[in-house]
Amino acid sequence: MEDLLAARSQMAMSLAFHIVFAVVGMAMPLLMVIAEARWLRSGDPIYRELARRWARGTAIIFAVGAVSGTVLSFELGLLWPTFMEHAGPLVGMPFSLEGFAFFLEAIFLGIYLYGWDRVGRRAHLLAGVMVLISGTASGVFVVTANAWMNAPAGFDLVDGAFVNVRPWEAMFNPMWATQCGHMVIAAFQSVAFAVAGIHAAMLLREGGNAFHKRAIAIALPIAAIAALAQPLMGDLLAKATAKNQPVKLAAMEGQFETEQGAPLRIFGLPDEEREQTPWAIEIPGALSFLAYGDFDAEVRGLKAFPRDEWPPVAIVHIAFQIMVALGLWMMAVGVFGVGMSWRGRRLYTARWYLWVLVLTAPMGMLAVEAGWVVTEVGRQPWVIQGYLRTADAVTPMPHLVVPFLVFTLLYLVLSVIVVYLLWRHVFQSPTSRELEALQAPESAADDLSESTD
Amino acid sequence: MPELAMIIAAIIVLALIVYLLTGGADFGGGIWYLFATGERKEAQRRALTQAIAPIWEANHVWLILVIVLLFVCFPSVFAAMMTALHIPLVIMLVGIVLRGSAFAFQSYSAGAQGLERSSARVFAIASVSSPLLLGVCVGAIATGEIRVLENGVVDTNFVSEWLSPFPFAIGALTLVLCAFLAAVYMTVEAPGEALKEDFRRRALWSALATGVCAFVAGLLAIRDAPLIWEGLTGAGWSLLFQLITGLAALLAIGALWTRRYRLARVAAGAQVALIMMGWALAQFPYLIYPDFRILESAAEPAVLRPVLIALAAGSVLLVPSFLYLYAIFKPREAPELAGDEERVNEP
Repeated sequence: MEDLLAARSQMAMSLAFHIVFAVVGMAMPLLMVIAEARWLRSGDPIYRELARRWARGTAIIFAVGAVSGTVLSFELGLLWPTFMEHAGPLVGMPFSLEGFAFFLEAIFLGIYLYGWDRVGRRAHLLAGVMVLISGTASGVFVVTANAWMNAPAGFDLVDGAFVNVRPWEAMFNPMWATQCGHMVIAAFQSVAFAVAGIHAAMLLREGGNAFHKRAIAIALPIAAIAALAQPLMGDLLAKATAKNQPVKLAAMEGQFETEQGAPLRIFGLPDEEREQTPWAIEIPGALSFLAYGDFDAEVRGLKAFPRDEWPPVAIVHIAFQIMVALGLWMMAVGVFGVGMSWRGRRLYTARWYLWVLVLTAPMGMLAVEAGWVVTEVGRQPWVIQGYLRTADAVTPMPHLVVPFLVFTLLYLVLSVIVVYLLWRHVFQSPTSRELEALQAPESAADDLSESTD
Repeated sequence: MPELAMIIAAIIVLALIVYLLTGGADFGGGIWYLFATGERKEAQRRALTQAIAPIWEANHVWLILVIVLLFVCFPSVFAAMMTALHIPLVIMLVGIVLRGSAFAFQSYSAGAQGLERSSARVFAIASVSSPLLLGVCVGAIATGEIRVLENGVVDTNFVSEWLSPFPFAIGALTLVLCAFLAAVYMTVEAPGEALKEDFRRRALWSALATGVCAFVAGLLAIRDAPLIWEGLTGAGWSLLFQLITGLAALLAIGALWTRRYRLARVAAGAQVALIMMGWALAQFPYLIYPDFRILESAAEPAVLRPVLIALAAGSVLLVPSFLYLYAIFKPREAPELAGDEERVNEP
C-alpha cells in the first residue's frame, strides 16, 4: 500500500470511528438530563433509573471517544505534519477553545457519573447540563476547524507561507455556521433515533414496559424535531458549499456540465471517464433552485475545473445520495411518530411502528458517516481547499501501512467490545416487575435519600 | 512582542507539570494495579480503581492541552516532533487508547467477568507502556539528535533519535515518578491502616528507584544530552535548584517514614514539579535542541495573543471546575479523620 493512501486510510478510519463516539458524547447528556429533570419534578423513580442506566452506556462510549479523540489530535501531526505546520495557528482558536470545552466535559461527566450520592440533586442535574453544553460546544469547535479546511480564511499567502494570521476571521470562516448547525443536529438526530430504536426493540420483547415507554417518549420527540430541522439546515449548507466549494457541489450532484436550470439527480452513477451521470432521475431546474434559489441559475459543472482538482466523483455522489435518502426516511418516521402520539397512546402498541423504529435505529449514524464522506472526500485532492494538496501534506515516514493496520485492528476490537457491552447493558434493563418493586418502596427510599442530601 | 511566546512556553511547562501530578499519578495507579501483591491484593486494586475512576478523564485532558498549545503556537516544532518521533508516539497512543477503553470496560462490564478481568490486565499493562514512551519522547527531544535541514525538512531516520539509552533512562524515570506519586497519594486516600502501610512501602521503594533512575539518567546525559547536563550542573541557578529539589525529596521520604502522609503528598508533588521545572530550565531556550528556540519557532503574535486571551478566559471556567471535581472526590475531611485515628492509635 502506498504511504499516502495508507495515511489517508488511517485518518479516515480514525475519524469514522471517533465520530460515532463523539456524537453520542454530544447528544446522550441531553437525554439523561431530561430523564433526570423529570425524575426531580415527578418523583417517579423510573426516570432516575433511566438516567442512571443511560449514564452507564454513555460512560463507556465517552471513554473510548476521549482516547480516540486524543489519537486524532496526535495523528494530525503524525500523518500530516506539513498541514499542521501551516494550519496549526489558523485552526488554533477553535482547537484551543475545544480543549477547554472538552476539559469541562470530562470534569462534569466525572461528577455526573460518580457523584450521584456525593452532590445534591440540583448540583447533579447541573453537572449534566454542563456536560451537555460543553460537549456540544466541543463538537462545534472541532467542526469549525474542519470548516476552515473547506473555506480557508483569515490569512495571506506570501511565498507559500500562511502569514498575517487573523485568528477570528479564520474561526468564523464562511462555512463554520452551516457546517456546525448541520453536525449538531445530526448528532442529536442520530443518537435519538438509535436510542428510540433500541428501546422499541425492548418494548417488542416486553409490551407495556414503562421503562422503555418513557425512554421512547424522551428520545422520539428529539429525533423528530431534529429530523424535520435537518433538511432546512442541509439546504443552507448546500448553498454555502455552492458558493465556497463549487467543485464539491458538482461532485455531490454528479454535475459535469456547466448549465443554467441544472437538474437535481436522484440515483445515478457518475462516470468520470465519459463525463456524465447515467441512471439518474432528473428533476429539471431543481439543483439550480436549491443551490441559488433560482430555477434558471447557472451551476458550474466539474468540467469548469481542472481535471486534477476533481474529487472522486462517484464516491461523493453516492455518499450524498445515501445521506439524503436516510434523512428523508428519518423525517417520515419522525412525522409518523408525532402523528401517532397525537392520536392517543397508540405509539407503544403499534408493533409495526416499533419495528420501523428498530429498523431506523442505525440510520442516523449511517447518515453521519455518509455525510462525513461527502465533506472529506468531496474536498480532495485538497487538504486545505485551494491551498495545500493532501499529497503535499503527508509525513515522510515510510511503511505507514503498519500503523494503519494496527489502529484498524485496535478499533475493530474496541468496536466489538463496546457493542457487546452495550448489548449486555440493554438486556439488563429492568422488567415490568422490577419496575413495580422500584416504585413501591419509593416514598420510603426517597425520604431516606432526601434526609442525607 | 516576544514575551508572548515565553509566556506560552511557560504555560506548556506548567500544564505538563499538572499533567504529571494528576494524569501521571493515574498512570502510577495502573502500575500498582499491575504489581498488586500480598494478601490485600484485591483490596489494593479496589482502592486504586476507586481513586482513579472519577478523575482520570479530566486529568488526561492536560496532555491534549499541551498538544494543542504546541501545534497552535509552535507549529514547526510540533511538526518536527511528530515526524521524528512517529514510532514511539504511535506505540504510546495505542497504550493510551487501550488504557482508557479497558478502564471503562472493567468499570462497566455489566457482569461480563472474563472481559472485566482481561480489561483490567490490559489497563494495567498499558499504564506502564504509555508513561515509559512519553518519557522516551521527552528524552529524545533533549539529546540534540532531531535536526532540520536547510530547507526546513526534518532530518530523521525515525529510529536512532529515540532508540538509545538516554531516552529510555528518562522513560524509566518517568515511570518511577508516576509510580512514586501514585503510591504517596494512596497513603492518604487508601481506606484502612493496612492498605496505607502497603502503599507506604511502595512509596519508599519507588522513592529509592527514582533516585537510581535519576542518577543513571544523569550519567548518560553527560554523553548523550550535554545540554541538559550542563543546564543541571553548570548554570548559576542550578546548584540551588538541585538543593531545593533534593530537600523536597528528603522531606517526602522523611514524612513517609514517620507516616505524615499529607505532608508526604505535598513534598512528593513539590519534588516532581521541581524535577520538571529543572528540566525545562536546563533546556531553555530550546524547544527541540538545537534547531528550535522558543522565540524563533513561535507563531505570529497575532496568533499568540488571542490564544492567551482564550487561555485566560478558559481558566476562569476551568480552574474552579477542576478544583470542584477534586473537592467532591478527594475531600479533606475523610483523610484527616483517618489521620486522627492514626495518632490515637500510636503509643
